[in-house]
Amino acid sequence: MMLLPCPWCGPRNVSEFRYVSELVPRPDPAAASPGEWRDYLYLRGNQRGWVTERWYHRAGCGQYFLVDRETATDQTRPRQDAR
Amino acid sequence: MELTSRPGRPPGYSAFSLVKHGLLRQGWTPAWRRHELRGSYDVVIIGGGVHGLAAAYYLAVRHGISNVAVLDKGYIGSGGSGRNTAILRSNYLTPEGVRFYERSMELYRGLAADLNFNVMFARRGHLTLAHNDGSLRTMRWRAEVNKLQGVDSDVIGPAEIKRLVPYLDISPRARYPVLGALYHPPGGIIRHDAVVWGYARGADAHGVHIHQDIEVTGIDVANGKVRGVQTSRGPIASPVVLNCTAGWSTLICDMAGVRVPVQTFPLQAAVTEPVRPFLDAVVVSGSLHVYVSQTDRGELVFGASVDEYPSYSMRGSLDFIEGLAGHVLELMPSLARVRLLRQWAGLCDMTPDFSPIMGLTPVEGFLVDIGWGTYGFKAGPVSGEAMAECIASGKPPPIIAGFDLARFAEGRQLGEKGAASVGH
Repeated sequence: MMLLPCPWCGPRNVSEFRYVSELVPRPDPAAASPGEWRDYLYLRGNQRGWVTERWYHRAGCGQYFLVDRETATDQTRPRQDAR
Repeated sequence: MELTSRPGRPPGYSAFSLVKHGLLRQGWTPAWRRHELRGSYDVVIIGGGVHGLAAAYYLAVRHGISNVAVLDKGYIGSGGSGRNTAILRSNYLTPEGVRFYERSMELYRGLAADLNFNVMFARRGHLTLAHNDGSLRTMRWRAEVNKLQGVDSDVIGPAEIKRLVPYLDISPRARYPVLGALYHPPGGIIRHDAVVWGYARGADAHGVHIHQDIEVTGIDVANGKVRGVQTSRGPIASPVVLNCTAGWSTLICDMAGVRVPVQTFPLQAAVTEPVRPFLDAVVVSGSLHVYVSQTDRGELVFGASVDEYPSYSMRGSLDFIEGLAGHVLELMPSLARVRLLRQWAGLCDMTPDFSPIMGLTPVEGFLVDIGWGTYGFKAGPVSGEAMAECIASGKPPPIIAGFDLARFAEGRQLGEKGAASVGH
């Protein structure tokens, strides 16, 4: 079972959380071209290894936070800027 | 058989040869051969699953292109082709999807004769249960789309369901009462390993080289054209490289500098100890995220939808198995004492519209047959046929024209979520 380090509640079972997305920088909606915006909507790194992700603690504090996860082993580690 | 008549190649199987070799306990030859790795091939196919091997087979048989290498970093069929739940059906939601999967079913129906290999296709009938008005509505929609495309598919009521699957709990007291089902009589199950082995044997007999235990580490691209691949056993030059991987498809595309909208999710499945035959049809419940079938050996195979977060991990999890067991028991309470033998996970490459990505890419000579989500196995033969034609003619045939990579940029997505998300 995967444990996720919630910066407010501490390590909790993954079933309490909802996966939101990999951290993808959001382009400026006013300046982005349609192509850049579609890339932002659809393209993900999908890397095998450590990635930074956003998760939502739906059955806990109800807050969004950042966490690092190794996608081949599902190990996680907290981030300094998790909040 | 065509295989028998070719000199220097493995003899075809026949009832006589099976009895003779079985009694003598000798004379069995390997179904495909080992070859030295050449420095160059006309076509390199990455991924030795049903898609890659079918593409190689049809390239050699239909188009006479046999200087082809199929590379797999494990053994053939070790990825999604050996991890799926071996269910075949064509009752999809979009006309493009229905036509495509129906062609695959057509090829599957003739596959044993075509390959001279028993793939054990059993047309058991396929039931997708509806537990609420919303899913019943989608099933009526699917049934009408299917009928228009000439696919046998209809909505049936609980009494008819009970007749087909006597052990199903259809009482109104059930937590998720069964209101109806989409019944697809031509659907069924097949032996997935045999499909892989049959295509491998057929491709080998026509001159294709199958290389196992060789990992692609890079793709050489110069001036927008593919030159070849780098592998764990050295470079291979080739003007055409086809990516037929599942799970690793984005990592392979990254090597060629092609970005694709795919995320990798595990899908978990489990199998029980064998019991006497009692379940003929394949039973699917979208609301309960579960599908059940009984193999020819009597084991019950359970599958689910993909996990809730992307991962490359192929380890099963306890919370999955608990949830799965609960859902199965809601459908068939009489299975309460049956023991699970094992569980596993396979990797599913999900696209935003639940349809695959097939055909050409911005890099000339680099083709993809990826994004197969949870529906790749049943599409193996038609994908191989279409990709072989795409390679031979240089342009995608009409049956896969809608599945091109450019559809995401041009807003032409083919939404199959209603029929594909849990729809096995």
